Amino acid sequence: MAEAHPVGFQWVMEAKRRGAKVFHVDPRFTRTSAVADSYLPIRAGTDIALLGGVVRHILENELDFREYVLAYTNAATIVSDQFADTEDLDGLFSGYRPDTGSYDTSSWQYAGHEGHAEITGTGKERDSAAGLRHESHGMPVPAPAQRDETLQHPRCVYQILRRHFARYTPEMVERVCGIPQDKFLELADAWAANSGRERTGALVYSVGWTQHSVGVQYIRTGAIIQTLLGNMGRPGGGILALRGHASIQGSTDIPTLYNLLPGYLPMPHHADHETFDDWVDSIRHPGQKGFWGDSRAYAASLLKAYWGDAATPENDFCYDHLPRMTGDHGTYQQVLNMIDGKIRGYFLLGQNPAVGSAHGRAQRLGMANLDWLVVRDLFLIESATFWKNSPEVATGEIVPEQCRTEVFFLPAASHVEKEGTFTQTQRLLQWREKAVDPPGDARSELWFFYHLGRRLRERLAGSPHPRDRALLDLTWDYPTHGPHAEPSAEAVLREINGYEVATGRPLSAFTQARDDGSTAIGCWIYTGVYADGVNQAARRRSRHEQDWVAAQWGWAWPANRRTLYNRASADPQGRPWSERKKYVWWDPDAGEWTGYDVPDFEKTKPPTYRPPEGASGVAAIAGDDAFVMQGDGKAWLYAPSGVLDGPLPAHYEPAESPMRNPLYGQQANPTRKVYEHPVNSVNPSPPEAHSAVFPYVFTVSRLTEHHTAGGMSRTVRPLAELQPEMFVEVSPELAAEAGLTHLGWAHLVSGRAAIEAKVLVTDRLTPLRVDGRIIHQLWLPYHFGTEGLVTGDSANDLFGITLDPNVLIQESKVGTCDVRPGRRPTGPALLDLVADYRRRAGITPQRRVPIVTTDAAGGGDAAGSTDERSPQASADEHDGGGDA
Amino acid sequence: MGLRTFLAGWPVYRQLTGTDPLGRGAAAQSARSAALTARTETADSVARSVCPYCAVGCGQRVFVTDGRVTQIEGDPDSPISRGRLCPKGSASKSLVTSPLRQTTVRYRRPYATEWEDLDLDTALDMIADRILAAREDTWEDVDDAGRPLHRTLGISSLGGATLDNEENYLIKKLFTAMGALQIENQARI
Ligand code: SF4
Repeated sequence: MAEAHPVGFQWVMEAKRRGAKVFHVDPRFTRTSAVADSYLPIRAGTDIALLGGVVRHILENELDFREYVLAYTNAATIVSDQFADTEDLDGLFSGYRPDTGSYDTSSWQYAGHEGHAEITGTGKERDSAAGLRHESHGMPVPAPAQRDETLQHPRCVYQILRRHFARYTPEMVERVCGIPQDKFLELADAWAANSGRERTGALVYSVGWTQHSVGVQYIRTGAIIQTLLGNMGRPGGGILALRGHASIQGSTDIPTLYNLLPGYLPMPHHADHETFDDWVDSIRHPGQKGFWGDSRAYAASLLKAYWGDAATPENDFCYDHLPRMTGDHGTYQQVLNMIDGKIRGYFLLGQNPAVGSAHGRAQRLGMANLDWLVVRDLFLIESATFWKNSPEVATGEIVPEQCRTEVFFLPAASHVEKEGTFTQTQRLLQWREKAVDPPGDARSELWFFYHLGRRLRERLAGSPHPRDRALLDLTWDYPTHGPHAEPSAEAVLREINGYEVATGRPLSAFTQARDDGSTAIGCWIYTGVYADGVNQAARRRSRHEQDWVAAQWGWAWPANRRTLYNRASADPQGRPWSERKKYVWWDPDAGEWTGYDVPDFEKTKPPTYRPPEGASGVAAIAGDDAFVMQGDGKAWLYAPSGVLDGPLPAHYEPAESPMRNPLYGQQANPTRKVYEHPVNSVNPSPPEAHSAVFPYVFTVSRLTEHHTAGGMSRTVRPLAELQPEMFVEVSPELAAEAGLTHLGWAHLVSGRAAIEAKVLVTDRLTPLRVDGRIIHQLWLPYHFGTEGLVTGDSANDLFGITLDPNVLIQESKVGTCDVRPGRRPTGPALLDLVADYRRRAGITPQRRVPIVTTDAAGGGDAAGSTDERSPQASADEHDGGGDA
Repeated sequence: MGLRTFLAGWPVYRQLTGTDPLGRGAAAQSARSAALTARTETADSVARSVCPYCAVGCGQRVFVTDGRVTQIEGDPDSPISRGRLCPKGSASKSLVTSPLRQTTVRYRRPYATEWEDLDLDTALDMIADRILAAREDTWEDVDDAGRPLHRTLGISSLGGATLDNEENYLIKKLFTAMGALQIENQARI
């Protein structure tokens, strides 16, 4: 955090000054580790084992915040007797279907709900990255569910959790993660002790957790701990996702993503959402609890914002204008389709996939096989110059005279040359004032898309084709100003906020949304940002003039609420858990919820409220159901639906690992998204043979002085001077083993690429003793490429493409490689080197990556033995130095 | 020059007697630096902005003189950043004024080995033509069962995490209306 989010880290230091204990878990010792109370080096890709160990520690010693757990979580809920755990099935859950690599989730449901499974086969949800929909809400479940408040029932969630995590002992944590037991226990004890009425603990993660084939389950495990300890919805608690781009949260809320519409409404699927009613009911779940009961109003209001007068209740608000998903249309699938010649044109808007996405070679080969490419950026980034200046030009795979892609580079306006809002990592919208005009041809995206849309509509005017109706019916009449006719960002923000159609009056809360066409709302979770016709995101009351919650600085979605689920900061009766941790509480005299923040609860619903028989929607939320967006009003320790790879997290090895999974016969996530494509490959892992060809684990992350793919930092003189060169960090032990010298050159080889880097030998990387052998890890920054003031090979070129099944994010925080001294070969010899490694590793066009590696599925395509170690891995041992 | 004036010219004296015992401010100031005026004091205008790099969202003040950005500093009022900026945020003046920035449209013809110039207006027209052609060639009205698809898989887009909400909103709205489903951004990465 000190490296990648330095100014945010001041609050960790502030907490430390007040007595907080700071633990830092990372494969590499960083500036964060330097000031932490305790640093735990970890083998990349094993965090579920570590966190699972903490869960076990809490449960075995009954250290959970029991009052909170009983009242606000599903710990007491009884699960179906058809559910079978990884304990029973050697690393698989019940319902696994080897043919599709996905689950039938009926048996995961609460007892009595088996027939209500949302998902009977998770393959389709995987293709549509359905997990992302839950960024603003949980999955629904039919209510009510059976509970055992004593937590003794063998099938209650609490007991299932205990059994599931029983094998995540301190010994196992050490064996899997390489973390010594005393270090682990120090963390587990401190975390558990910092819980209860008087205390809370916070958990901070970043893409070091998301970029894995089990990334969502990492976060789930963190959520289980934070829920057991009563750290959610309370001040000083929470799970804080630190995001890496100025408005990456905003671009998820108002998604430039294929599977979502604004406010986490799903993009319709051709088979499941044929009609408006099908679509709305799939979001609304008639008869169920919570605020999603009103989703018909959110959906109708969005379509009304898009299609204005043309959208009427009679024509389902032009629902048929929406394009439909049929499967996986994610960015990696797109790139493979580009290579296969299926995509004509590609827009790159302030993003540089040639350096920033996994498998850079696939990215560049895809771009070289388009009809046209539009790049909008501040600088001539690698993704704009791939046709003349990429590694593939050097190897002869891209020949400029034979590359057909027509490239348009359009200069973009910078953040000070336009006005608008960014949504930062804690959902806070902050309006930026414009300082100066953009230079030359540089324009904002607002300008580009508004005028592009205008031209498209002019060309199509009078078109007889039904397909053009959606463009022609579109509301696209934003006021413009200035010599370049810049559209008004405030007018767009007003539309995002939503307004009453008849009067144009801005709405002040999403509860005012209607499903009859009388309201238009661009993004319902942002309603309120323009309340009273005032740009609330532009508020800048100084921190010196308000309290610590700082509610008058910017505007946070939803409803300017700074901490979600803050009803949980009070006990079931509505009283603060303690004076020290007071945040939102029930004021019986006033008959309303009050406190420092906007209460995340209906303002006047008393803690004693109990829903009448048969209630649904918001009315079904009881006065002590603190988790109001969840289908049962409870925080989920066990997720009966919504998570595609299991109701509980289980440790799986990364898709590329030098070792066999010590916990289960199932080696890697059995539902991970794998692309069998000639350009893609996965280095072999046990139980497959030849994993020793790529014996080392590598991971990548950021330097403080650079930003992601480098397009905004390698081009900036002070930053380029501070970090001028690509390098690889290795431990002295690995340097000795591989013959690397400090400040000399090394090259790293995977099944995809070979890249070179200067060697930095440092004890910031520790060889880990794991399952009886030594695992060496290498660390690389991923910022470098061929353009800018400072250049270097791209670390992301080393990665293949394997994705998390829930959100289709790639595993690019861990892979396997070899490392050798000296510079890499150049020209065609480079391809020969990689080909030689592939041959030795058995990576042939015929090879299929084994998905199921245990016989427990019954009739599965078990590809290998479930022996503790493959012969190949055992052979490595003398390198690693003996047994545990 | 009296003794007092002489002594006051000596930083250690000022440090020991003045308001700056650590010698990091007034005590260390030379006659030359005392005579300087900060760019921030003479700016024509100040825009309240936000750092464009990571998602911490540090507040910035952008100082402008004669239509040019002369300085970008942390906003001390911000409850998020309390006036601080990290190396990237501090370098954002160099970012926006970088001589490497491209300020004209560049065009690479198919099979060409070099860039050419192109007029912005022409570029926009050419892009509009290509979108319409790609839509026409790859349009899918309905699936095998006759259910609506209303889309093109011939067009892709990547980007949004560095852009404004208002921009993302227009991008999503326009692409959706075009039937161009395949839009993605860094949130997938
Ligand atoms: S100044 Fe640094 S920490 Fe703050 S938003 Fe910018 S990049 Fe992030």
